[in-house]
Amino acid sequence: MGLLIDREKCIGCGACAAQCPFGALSLDAEGKAQANEACTACGSCTEACPVGALKIEAAEKKSAGIDLAEWRGVWVYAEQREGALHGVSFELLGEGRVLAEKLGVPLTAVLLGSGVEALAAPLFEHGADRVILADHPALAAYTAEAYAEALSALVRKYKPEALLAGATTIGRGFVPRVAIEVRTGLTADCTGLDIDPATRRLLQTRPAFGGNIMACIECPDHRPQMATVRPKVFKAAPAQPGRTGELVKETLDLKAPAVRVLETVHAMENEKNVADAEIIVTGGRGLGKPENFALLRELADALGGAAIGASRAAVDAGWISAFHQVGQTGKTVRPKVYIACGVSGQIQHLVGMNSSDTIIAINKDPDAPIFGVADIGIVGDLFQVVPEIIRALKA
Amino acid sequence: MHIVVCLKQVPNTTQVKINPETNTLVRDGVESIMNPFDENALEMALQLKEAHPGTRVTALTMGPPQAADILKEAVGRGADDVLLLCDRAVAGSDTLATSYAISCAVRSLGAPDLVIFGKQAIDGDTAQVGPGVADWLGIPCVACVRKCEIAADGKTATVERVSEDAYDVVEAPLPCALTVVKEANVPRMASLRGKMAARKLAIEPTTAAATGADPALLGLAASPTHVVRIFSPPAKTGGAKWEGLEPAEAAQKLVAELKNRKLV
Repeated sequence: MGLLIDREKCIGCGACAAQCPFGALSLDAEGKAQANEACTACGSCTEACPVGALKIEAAEKKSAGIDLAEWRGVWVYAEQREGALHGVSFELLGEGRVLAEKLGVPLTAVLLGSGVEALAAPLFEHGADRVILADHPALAAYTAEAYAEALSALVRKYKPEALLAGATTIGRGFVPRVAIEVRTGLTADCTGLDIDPATRRLLQTRPAFGGNIMACIECPDHRPQMATVRPKVFKAAPAQPGRTGELVKETLDLKAPAVRVLETVHAMENEKNVADAEIIVTGGRGLGKPENFALLRELADALGGAAIGASRAAVDAGWISAFHQVGQTGKTVRPKVYIACGVSGQIQHLVGMNSSDTIIAINKDPDAPIFGVADIGIVGDLFQVVPEIIRALKA
Repeated sequence: MHIVVCLKQVPNTTQVKINPETNTLVRDGVESIMNPFDENALEMALQLKEAHPGTRVTALTMGPPQAADILKEAVGRGADDVLLLCDRAVAGSDTLATSYAISCAVRSLGAPDLVIFGKQAIDGDTAQVGPGVADWLGIPCVACVRKCEIAADGKTATVERVSEDAYDVVEAPLPCALTVVKEANVPRMASLRGKMAARKLAIEPTTAAATGADPALLGLAASPTHVVRIFSPPAKTGGAKWEGLEPAEAAQKLVAELKNRKLV
């Protein structure tokens, strides 16, 4: 299994080592290619090798007797918090609808919680053919263990071929446990999904290496094919008022959770959340010091109440809380207007905001990568330009 | 109390660049570092050790032989023991197989009270291995933790679990696993004494078999997911770039443009 290196053929040119996205290849003492544990057998090197010394040996057939034909249907995990559906649930229904139609199967939303039956109606209106509801006191507050136990039980019973969940702190917290419980693959934080019509496989695309590369991932022999999907990557399905479907109420036998949620604190209720803002003003390293976010807040106010975003550099410097962070390790945003002030535009930032409708960048450095994604780029000192924008907006 | 901190050596992705001509990754000169989130996990463990005398902290990693570097760094900062799981049998593992391999390594250390991970690694960004290991171990996992206190009786952890726009105060019985966010703390530097201890340390790699792992559950063959294609993100082309304008002129032009597009 894995990468095979033909030492006879290898000419020691190092092309494979330069190509490897994981840094797994190097030349050994004899000048021959060698791979270490970082190798994921992705195959990038096989194309780079000029002499065909590298090949990927197909993994042994290991389907462990899983009859793929038994697994049918597309599922979306409908995330709710404190009795309100999270926006990503509607985005997943929009994308799930597309996938379900390509596969010719119904679309199911799975709803977990306590006293949440009223949330089924909006799920039908946004495209669910069926809602499976597990309403149980053990699911009143989110704990990874109880939610994973419930969803695993439903997956085993109904056998969906694909299962999507939001890549939120909740989705990324408990869905990995479901994947372990049912012994299948889970692709994290996808930004693109499609179906291979010939094989019915879910093609899952996601950024890696801080967004420097994209990887397309399949789960060929295990079911369900599971993915978490970033909020704001897909557009929400429009509501069709009055649309309805089949509501299935499941009675699960769940243990009382060992983990207890004592309190939920909305410490950020005075702050606009970049995740669902229409206009975002973001500050980066160019701000120089934390106090200078005040200037951006003034601009945000002049824009009628924009949210404040921050690059990783600004958050890591301790200038502003991680609540504001936009990018690969922060939030993904898709506002109407994104104004980047003093943000250089490292790729890990760009992947979190480059699908914004209109991007405006203000930076002193004319070569800053942020200008590569900006619809309007202003080369200039933000401390001179931003006050003028505020003045012009107020005029 | 025994705390195991799981660390990963990663390429510093902020240094990775794309060669615009070949559209491939340029990795030359990219250093290997301890995953930044894992630094916060280690710091949390060390602070708990200070608050609870008698606590032992073991730093664990899975990776190539050179991953020993981050274990030495961990010892330099105050970890007591290390475990380097280094085995070709785990090559090509996805998160299912990786979390299994690490769960076996954790179990081989006895029954730790707390297993701490960084929220995610900056190369893969999956955030799945911590919760996955906890599931293999059959213990609870609280993800995205920024604060952790252990009760004096050593039986429960009270943690702050952050979400996108709020935080929860959560009580978990030990043993349990945590994944830690960056805002949890500021990682310390290695002390001089620690550095000396680290220098003397000879790290013997451990094989998966030695941790009691079932070979059928390791590596590529035991990984349901496969990377079928890797490609560079489509190159973006910027729009208008205004250079050499007076600030007031640029600002007025911008606001006029935004109004024109009905964006403000």
